[in-house]
Amino acid sequence: MPTEVIEHREAASATPRKLSTVRGRQDVLFRAAARSGGTTVLLIMTLVGVFLFVRGFDAITDAGTAFITTEAWSPNEGNFGIAAVLFGTVTIATIAIVLAVPLSIGTALYISEFAPRGLKRSLITIVDLMAAVPSVVYGLWGFLWLTDAILPIAEWISTHFGWIPIFDVDGFEPGDPLSTTTVFTASAFIAGIVVGLMVTPIASSIMREAFSQAPVGEREGALALGATRWGMVTSVVLPFGRGGIIGGTMLGLGRALGETIAVYLVISPVFVIQPNILQTGTNSISSLVALRFNEASEFELSALMAAGLALFLMTLVINFGASMVIARSRSGAESEG
Amino acid sequence: MMTELLERPDEPTLFSTHLPGRDGEAPGATKPPQTRRNLSTLHRDDVIRLLGALAAGICTAAWLFTQVMPLRGAVGFVAISFVLFLLYYVVLVAMDDGGPAMKDKVASVFAHAIAMLLFAALACVIIFTFARAFDALVNLNFWTTDLSAAGPIDPLDKGGILHAMVGTLIMITIALAISIPLGVLTAVFLSEVPGPFARLVRTVVEAMTALPSIVAGLFIYATWIVAFGMGQSGFAASLAMTIMMLPIIIRAADVVLRLVPGNLKEAALAMGASQWRTVWHVVLPTTRSGLTTAIILGTARGIGETSPVLLTAGYTTYMNHNPFEGPMVSLPLATFNLVRSPEPNQVARGFGAAAVLMLLVLFLFVVARVIGGRGPGQLSPRQAARRQRQSRSDVIRFAAREGHVLLDPRAHRSTRRRR
Repeated sequence: MPTEVIEHREAASATPRKLSTVRGRQDVLFRAAARSGGTTVLLIMTLVGVFLFVRGFDAITDAGTAFITTEAWSPNEGNFGIAAVLFGTVTIATIAIVLAVPLSIGTALYISEFAPRGLKRSLITIVDLMAAVPSVVYGLWGFLWLTDAILPIAEWISTHFGWIPIFDVDGFEPGDPLSTTTVFTASAFIAGIVVGLMVTPIASSIMREAFSQAPVGEREGALALGATRWGMVTSVVLPFGRGGIIGGTMLGLGRALGETIAVYLVISPVFVIQPNILQTGTNSISSLVALRFNEASEFELSALMAAGLALFLMTLVINFGASMVIARSRSGAESEG
Repeated sequence: MMTELLERPDEPTLFSTHLPGRDGEAPGATKPPQTRRNLSTLHRDDVIRLLGALAAGICTAAWLFTQVMPLRGAVGFVAISFVLFLLYYVVLVAMDDGGPAMKDKVASVFAHAIAMLLFAALACVIIFTFARAFDALVNLNFWTTDLSAAGPIDPLDKGGILHAMVGTLIMITIALAISIPLGVLTAVFLSEVPGPFARLVRTVVEAMTALPSIVAGLFIYATWIVAFGMGQSGFAASLAMTIMMLPIIIRAADVVLRLVPGNLKEAALAMGASQWRTVWHVVLPTTRSGLTTAIILGTARGIGETSPVLLTAGYTTYMNHNPFEGPMVSLPLATFNLVRSPEPNQVARGFGAAAVLMLLVLFLFVVARVIGGRGPGQLSPRQAARRQRQSRSDVIRFAAREGHVLLDPRAHRSTRRRR
């Protein structure tokens, strides 16, 4: 008897049974509808991407490598490039992310680990709501409140750390009673703080999601071995949530790079590379587009598209990096209930 | 045998051991009252330390500001007292505890302090906006009229931003009417019809979440307005918003749909349901709350975004109900235009528009929570009643099918009540 069974199994594994699915009319319709929805979205998105590439390439091929190295922006005379705006964009985003990362990690840890249980749900709602506060509101706040409030601090930093090149400010003498603080207004520093506050809620809510998924068994194991709460956080929660931290940071960085209105309201645009972050005047790609689209000629529009394309590619690289990191981490791996 | 003995220890048996010292613990005797051990991590010492460090930090900052260094500004004061508070706290904790206990306490205070700092900063943003908007918001005409009759120097009891409210609602409605069906359908496609094509769509959608909003606006401006010559209109702005919102909605909905437990779907399929029925009756209801969140995320981004509207909608002070013709203004765009005016009244109107926008977002959140906040399987009273009616009629239907005597529904109900 047992030999027979084995023979049967061998026969079965030798030629696998063909499984064919016969779907009902309802299912065929459903799948066709779903597929057409996917196709429509694919078409729209490809159209946007391809259009941007084609129009942008007109301007890029016209300018050549000067597109990367030129600081000025007068496309109609053929003298234009994104060096200054790109530098400004990166500066503002860097300041924003330097501020946002500790803030968002701290807030996410507080909500997922330290907050009283009764308060947790409402704190999550508050953070989600803050992520929905329109950027123009942050811009207004930065432009009309923060600029005045931050000037003494900018002045202080410049006075005491002016020997570090990036904190140096032209035309400001620390001891001079006649020197004004207007050289500190509308700087990359202020724009960076505003954008940093803007992206913190989003980054923080992604990080909190990752932290709260840390397995209870491992948490309890750490506590049972005598770890303090902070010991448990460093040995279980943070390693588990590393993907969330990196992913949240990169998503925040992507938002910070593309932010338009808050930056536009705060800064005063200049077309030179401005390495002194405390000094008046900086620029970003998105505020350049907002500034120039209106009276743009056909060719200048292409040049703006090219600048937009550069911004898009930069954000794209960062986003794909983020999703790769998130996909590789342990967070969110389990979906079988 | 043993267990029986153990269960009745009060009966004197041959096997029980009599310990004189333990008589007080015999059942029936009064036990000493039990006190709950305090499991809270917050002790009196911690509170005293915190308050002490806080007082010391503020006082030292005040001393620094007034006596030592010529510093000024409220933000600087808060920042310096904050840093000093943390320093004092570390020193205080280090006096009593060492090693892991100290690290734990310091880290805990750091986390609390950072969260508080963020909440304070955001409260500052919101309070500042509402404070500056107050003068405009208290006038009823601000809510009920448009700006066409009011010039920049007119007082605040003339003119309002009704046109911007209407414009925002029209634009977001059109954008949602396109992006919700298309977005949810695509998300369902990505998770239910997997394959190489679905992977391609997912990759492209993920790439497009990186599209900066201004570039979405620029695309519509260059095609719809410049190339097709359609002119700036509310509909163009809705299209720009849709391009921006679609990837966000699809991505968030896709994540939620992928989290549906596989055994739920398998259960439905194993009972003979078609794929369509499984999606409609199991997958979508299970993820309703998550899908709502995805849609809110997209809506909140779309409604508050100024840059695509700036390029595509144009600016007007007149009420315009027609999204296909003429410029139409939205709340963020009105804010953006009004606050750049040198006239204080226009600035107040701009803040008013920003405040109304925030209220609108808050309102949408509440509505979405009411509609979609319930988890899977939790029914509203009306839904529960409908389901009960349905299953009652099913009982009758089955009974009739099996050849039993068809019960009168009313009779059936009365029997149920009696039970």
